[in-house]
Amino acid sequence: MSNPTTAVPVRGERPPTMAATSRNTSKPPRNRAREWATRAPLMPALIFLIVVTQLPFVATLVISLFDWNSFRPDKRAFAGLENYTTVASDPALRESILTTVLLTATVVIVSVVLGLALALLLDRKFRGRGLVRTMLIAPFLVVPVASALLWKHALYNPEYGLFNGVLNWLGGPQPQWLSDMPLMAVEASLIWQWTPFMMLILLAGLQGRPLDMIEAARLDGASNWQIFRFLTLPHLRRYLELGTLLGSIYIVQNFDAVFTLTRGGLDTANLPYTIYETFYNAHEYGLASAAGVLVVIGTIIIATFALRVVSSLFREEASRA
Amino acid sequence: MTSLTAPAAITSVPPATRRAKRRGAALGLLAWFVGILFVLPVLWMLLTSFHSESDAATNPPSLAAPLTLDGYKTFFGVDGGASPWPALLNSMGTSIFSTLFVLVLALPAAFALSIRPVRKWTDVMFFFLSTKMLPVVAGLLPVYLFAKDTGFLDNVWLLVILYTSMNLPIAVWMMQSFLADIPVSIIEAAQMDGARLTTILWRVVAPIAGPGIAATSLICFIFSWNEMLFAQVLTGVVAQTAPAFLTGFVTSQGLFLAQVCAASMVISLPVLAAGFAAQDKLVQGLSLGAVK
Repeated sequence: MSNPTTAVPVRGERPPTMAATSRNTSKPPRNRAREWATRAPLMPALIFLIVVTQLPFVATLVISLFDWNSFRPDKRAFAGLENYTTVASDPALRESILTTVLLTATVVIVSVVLGLALALLLDRKFRGRGLVRTMLIAPFLVVPVASALLWKHALYNPEYGLFNGVLNWLGGPQPQWLSDMPLMAVEASLIWQWTPFMMLILLAGLQGRPLDMIEAARLDGASNWQIFRFLTLPHLRRYLELGTLLGSIYIVQNFDAVFTLTRGGLDTANLPYTIYETFYNAHEYGLASAAGVLVVIGTIIIATFALRVVSSLFREEASRA
Repeated sequence: MTSLTAPAAITSVPPATRRAKRRGAALGLLAWFVGILFVLPVLWMLLTSFHSESDAATNPPSLAAPLTLDGYKTFFGVDGGASPWPALLNSMGTSIFSTLFVLVLALPAAFALSIRPVRKWTDVMFFFLSTKMLPVVAGLLPVYLFAKDTGFLDNVWLLVILYTSMNLPIAVWMMQSFLADIPVSIIEAAQMDGARLTTILWRVVAPIAGPGIAATSLICFIFSWNEMLFAQVLTGVVAQTAPAFLTGFVTSQGLFLAQVCAASMVISLPVLAAGFAAQDKLVQGLSLGAVK
């Protein structure tokens, strides 16, 4: 993290003429005034973000220390860490942690692998490539709730859904998709939505490959597999990391698919859904907040790791600038 | 692709090239196959939305059933249901206004992170991104309680503020990468001429970063339009957005497959249109500007 100092000064050393010309109210030490002039454009965004995103978390932290059910508002009392012990020993919540990890990992890994395969396919020239790309992007552009409804009613429905309709044509079985394999059903719909996203990022990565190096390797007799393994894949690394990171950020927080497809039933309740249930339907404000705080702690641990990944990405970016 | 053996290829195609060609054609076919597989659910949704309810709910599916606009008519409340227009307008309004707010906040911030960077600007960047990693749901309850106490529940402006904060970090990252590409000399020239910060931002930086700003706006618009958790919890009748309306619409209907498909189609249409029109911008935006 301290590395960028090598790259930054190039920009920072420029004579800050603007501070001198636009700010003539520099009675106090000029340096400080100049520094504030530099910071000024940043402040509205920073303050807004701190107020809107950080303050609620502080409030969550406070609420988590209270025994507070909105059905019994008169019984609100300080409870110390009681909510945390309740939450930690709650099998449903532990279950939903596992579900969240499983759901996120499966969706991210499968869509990255599929996305890579599709990006490699689309990186070749063939007739109608543009059209195929457009077709592949379509799932990502369907509003998530609409996509979940589409999968639930038009595809998975055991009586008139498309899947069983096609199976009927082929003389196959008629499974009850959502009750037989609930988590997989949720995952499949999310993979369908996220594969195009991964493909787009990886395709952009592929198109920035150093072609002369690949041509040279080919002339030296490298096989397609060798070129992929030793040239393409290392080049794609940062794009794979980027896709994984962004995918994880969004899929960990997925609410729409679980809410719409299964209503959290059949062991598909992930953390966002469980917390939503605890506070929206069970009105257990204290418990929901404690669970929320635990989620935040878990996320911070993962995020620290993830941020390190981005920072390596970012450093490359900075050294190129 | 492998035309390195060109001299011999004039008269007869060598077997290696022919094999490569056949392989290329096979892979092209495979790409087509997968493409159709991915788009099929969307096409099925489109087709079903034009079927009558009884034709939509058959097994095996009736592909050649007569087309009708009944699903759309019902969705738009022709036979007495709630009209989706208020929800669609709410969605449009919240998405547009939050995107505008994001731009107004993110452009100066990105300027202070790229063109004239503050000290420790990378740390600031990471702070922005880290807020994105905190799960939204953990801050939902305080926001709900605050809104309830201050009478902001079921108010579109509350959503506008929340969506602005939701998209701001991504927008700052994207915009930073776009602004970092602007040649420093142009800005210095403007400074020499005595241009003020706001003038530089809106007259010099904004026009050059135009495509980048467009990409950022597109992403912010799509994410705001799609958002469902806040909309579900914080709105009721007045401020309901399209995704929340869609959920309510489904639970209140009986035999409804064609209607659901029609409704999903209508609600996805703005995003589909914007996304198809700006595919490349979408990539740029979604990768936070890291992919150019």
